[in-house]
This record gives sequence, structure tokens and C-alpha cells, in this order.
Amino acid sequence: MSHGAIGLDDAGVTLHGTPVWQHVTGSFAPGSMTAIAGANGAGKSTLLRAILGEVPLATGRITLGGLRAQDFGYLPQARIIDRAFPISVTDMVLGGAWRQTGAFGAASRAVRQRAADALCRVGLEKQAGRMIDALSAGQFQRLLFARLLMTDASVIMLDEPFTALDAPTTQDLLALVREWHAQGRTIIAVLHDMHQIRTCFPHVVLLSGGQAIWGETARILTPGTLQRAYDTPQATPWAGGPA
Amino acid sequence: MSMLAGLWEPFATFGFMRRALVASITLGMGAGPVGVLLQLRRMSLIGDAMSHAILPGAAIGFLAAGGLSLTAMGLGGIAAGLGVALLAGLVSRRTHLAEDASFASFYLTSLALGVLIVSARGSNIDLLHVLFGTILAIDGPALYLMAGITTLSVCLLSFIWRPLVMECVDPGFMRMTGSRGALYHMVFLFLVVINLVAGFEALGTLMSVGMMMVPAATARLWTRRLVPMMALSATVGMLAGYTGLLVSYHFRLAAGPCIILTCSAAYLFSLITSPAGIRAGGGSSPFRSH
Ligand SMILES: Nc1ncnc2c1ncn2[C@@H]1O[C@H](COP(=O)(O)OP(=O)(O)OP(=O)(O)O)[C@@H](O)[C@H]1O
Ligand SMILES: [Mg+2]
Repeated sequence: MSHGAIGLDDAGVTLHGTPVWQHVTGSFAPGSMTAIAGANGAGKSTLLRAILGEVPLATGRITLGGLRAQDFGYLPQARIIDRAFPISVTDMVLGGAWRQTGAFGAASRAVRQRAADALCRVGLEKQAGRMIDALSAGQFQRLLFARLLMTDASVIMLDEPFTALDAPTTQDLLALVREWHAQGRTIIAVLHDMHQIRTCFPHVVLLSGGQAIWGETARILTPGTLQRAYDTPQATPWAGGPA
Repeated sequence: MSMLAGLWEPFATFGFMRRALVASITLGMGAGPVGVLLQLRRMSLIGDAMSHAILPGAAIGFLAAGGLSLTAMGLGGIAAGLGVALLAGLVSRRTHLAEDASFASFYLTSLALGVLIVSARGSNIDLLHVLFGTILAIDGPALYLMAGITTLSVCLLSFIWRPLVMECVDPGFMRMTGSRGALYHMVFLFLVVINLVAGFEALGTLMSVGMMMVPAATARLWTRRLVPMMALSATVGMLAGYTGLLVSYHFRLAAGPCIILTCSAAYLFSLITSPAGIRAGGGSSPFRSH
């Protein structure tokens, strides 16, 4: 499962003439679990997209250690999904495995079973026959996780995956992410919940003032760095020490 | 002639009616499913623009062959259609215009250019044929071409089914996992073009898109499942072909428009009677989006 590491070497991104972050150096080891934190607009989503090659680098380089496009599973923050498209929950999940389903889209017994298992795993087994427009936002997010489960990606990148989800759903999906990590997959997740980061993510990249502070979570997330990163002294409830 | 005999006799008696029937059944089968996807992708306008884009290509084929030649005009049409698809894709990538908008701007240019080219050399009759087709004058080779295109279209569609559907629902996901989304999109546009070219000899450049869009719109009113929707769309197209031809025969009306108008009648009927039609629109919200 473990391919190479994802390395950034003095990387910098400039969007429309404005530098987003510069001189970022660090690496995501195979099988590591890293959170990306930072204020709104710090460039967290941009970092994920730069790794995927969607955003060009102004300086430096990013190495993927032999990883190919299909090794990445990505859950974008704002996704253009046509929720009105007439497709069932099961077919949507099967879409995650279309490489295995092959010609004529006929899914084998084994793939169908995997899809059913994936839906079970995210607690959507009752909704399997529904159309996707009949899901709530939280259920839809569960569905996207189930599809991610089907891709069998070795690097999983999640951009604020738990935003707008209730606590049980968040716990379920977070448990799934930890399971992926335990299977040796590399996890990179943009998160805003410092408690979540502290309890589940051994490593963190804190984007702050156009720079990246990269390392072990306990060492990086100090009240001082958080204050600088978020720059809102009066409103940093999570800056009050480790949980 | 009894009422019942009137339903089959024209086809038994006249070879041209039989060929027209086979042609419209073939067209319905090929274009119906493609039209459904085109609408679900909110690309109805693109189908329309594409049908216009085919015109100058077909006109150049007309010039090159020195008359109404199916092969030359078909090839010209395919080349022009694909050229416009590529060009529009490029324009929308380079500028901030949506694909729809960039297609729309090629629309009238193509039409004008096509009419100009045909009328420079051909007669007004030629122009009418190119614009509105001659379904009653379909010959053997034209039928083979249509059947070939429909076969290719149905096979390709089922072959790339899953990635294509994923590309429709969630283009970003495809881009991520395989970076081939653009390829499937192009194959899909290719399917649109060849189906329009298939319909072109029978219904003309302007009406062949009708066989693609109207049955699809009808089918969408009856089911929310994709595969039945496509099957229904194809069925509506084929039945409209048969009915339209009968109406045109008995009432001595132009065949092409009769076929498209039969599709329209089916659409209108569905709009009134189907649960998803205007009856569903009586909801309490003043902000309905459709
Ligand atoms: N297409 C773009 N053109 C110009 N600037 C952009 C573009 N996309 C993002 N930016 C800018 O780049 C910066 C980083 O954006 P990014 O989306 O990566 O932030 P983020 O950290 O993910 O924020 P959030 O927490 O709000 O999701 C922002 O200042 C934003 O204004
Ligand atoms: Mg973001």
C-alpha cells in the first residue's frame, strides 16, 4: 500500500499576483496522518490542490514519490456535484470503483458486495436504493466517504470533511479516517477543530502568515503559534492549552 | 382502405416509406439516450449550437462533392462539429465564459457561414435539403450510415457508461482519480456530433437536434431512473418516427416536421399528464426553480 512520500521543497504558490504561502518545505511520510490548520484564507485548500497539481507552483517543487493520480482520493471543500442527477446511492458508490467495473460498467458480484459493505460502513445501508437527491447533507457526506472507500486510494486528502455535520456523523466518519490510517494509508485533512487535531492527528501543518509550520502536533499547536496563525486574540477558545 | 390498414399499408406499399421508417427508428434509438445525457448535463444549448456548427462543414462537403453527397457532407459535418466542440472547450478554458456561452457565440456564425457556402453554389432546393433534410429520399447507403452510427453510438455509450455518468455527476471526482474526465467528455461530444450527422440527411441540420432533445425532455417527465429514462427517450423517438410518417402520408404534410411535431405532441401530453409535469408545479412555494 505505501508508495512514496509527498515532499514539498521550498514550494510557493502565487494566485493572481498575490502570494498565498512561500518557502514551504516538509514531507508527508507514507502512512502518516497529518492535519492542515490555519485561518480562513491561509491557503489550506490551495496546499491540497497544489499537491494534486491543480494549482501551479510559483517556486520550488513537489515530489510525489512515485504516486500516480489514481492513488489519491480527494474530498474537496466546495464540490460541484449535480445533486439532481438521477443516480442511485449504490450507483454513486460504484462510481468510485469504475476502474474495476470495467467495460460496459457491469459491476462484478465482488465489487457490488464491496459497495454494499462501504455503504454499511458509513451507515447508509437503508438508503442504498434511494436517489442521491433524497439524501440530507450529512448523509451525502457519508456517501462521499463510502465512495472514497471504493477507490482504494493510498493517499486520502480531505478538505474540511466534517463541516456542517452533527456529532455522531462526525464521530463515525472520523473513526473511518482513523481506520484508513491504521490500514497504512496516508491521511491529509484540513480541519478547524483543534480538539480533533490534538486527539487524532500526530502531525500538523499550520499555515500562518504565508509560512507553514510543520511538525508534531503537540509541539506545533501552542497558544503562541495559534494566536499568530489566527490573529484574533479575543476569539481563540481552543488556544488555551492541550486537551 | 380501412382505418387499420392505414396504419401499415403506406409502409407495405412504398419503399421510400419503409426506408424513412427504418431511418427514423434508427435515429430515435441513437439520439434518444444521448439527448438524455445532454439535458442532464444542462447542455441542451450545446446540442443546438452543435447542430448549427455541422452546417458549414456539411456545406463544404457539398461543395467538394459538387452536390448532395452523403459521405462528403457527413465527413465535413463531423469534422466541423468536433472542431467547434474543441474550440469551445478551449475558449471556455482560456476565458471566463461558461461553455454554454462560448458555444452560443459560434451558433449564428456557423449558420450564416453554412447558408452562405451552400447558396454560393447550390440551388435553393439544395439549401432546403441541407437545412431541413429529405427523409423520404433516404437511400440504401444513407441507411447503412445511420445504422452504423447508431450502433457505434449505443456501443460506445455502454462501454464508457460508468465513467461518463460519474463525469456528469461529479466532474471533479473524475479529474482527481483518473485525470481522464476530459477524455470521456470529448467522447460524449463526439457521440452528440455523430448522432446529429446521422439525423442530418433525414431531418436536416436544423431539425436533427429535435430528435435528440424533445424525446429526452419527454422521458425526463416520466421517470427519475437513468436507464429507463434513456430507453423511454429512444422509444418516444422511434414511435414519433412511425406516427409522424403516417400523419405526413395521410395528410400530405412534410415528413420531417411531422416527426418532430409528433415528438412535441408527446412532450406536451407528458407535460400535462405526468406526475412530474405541470401538475407537480402547483406547489405552494413561489420560488420554484424550474
Ligand atoms: N482562484 C483564485 N484566485 C485568486 N486568489 C485565490 C484563488 N483561490 C484562492 N485564492 C486566495 O488564496 C488564498 C488561499 O485560499 P484557500 O482557499 O487555499 O484558503 P483556505 O485556507 O482553504 O481557506 P478556508 O478556511 O476559508 O477554506 C485566499 O486568500 C484566497 O483569497
Ligand atoms: Mg479551504
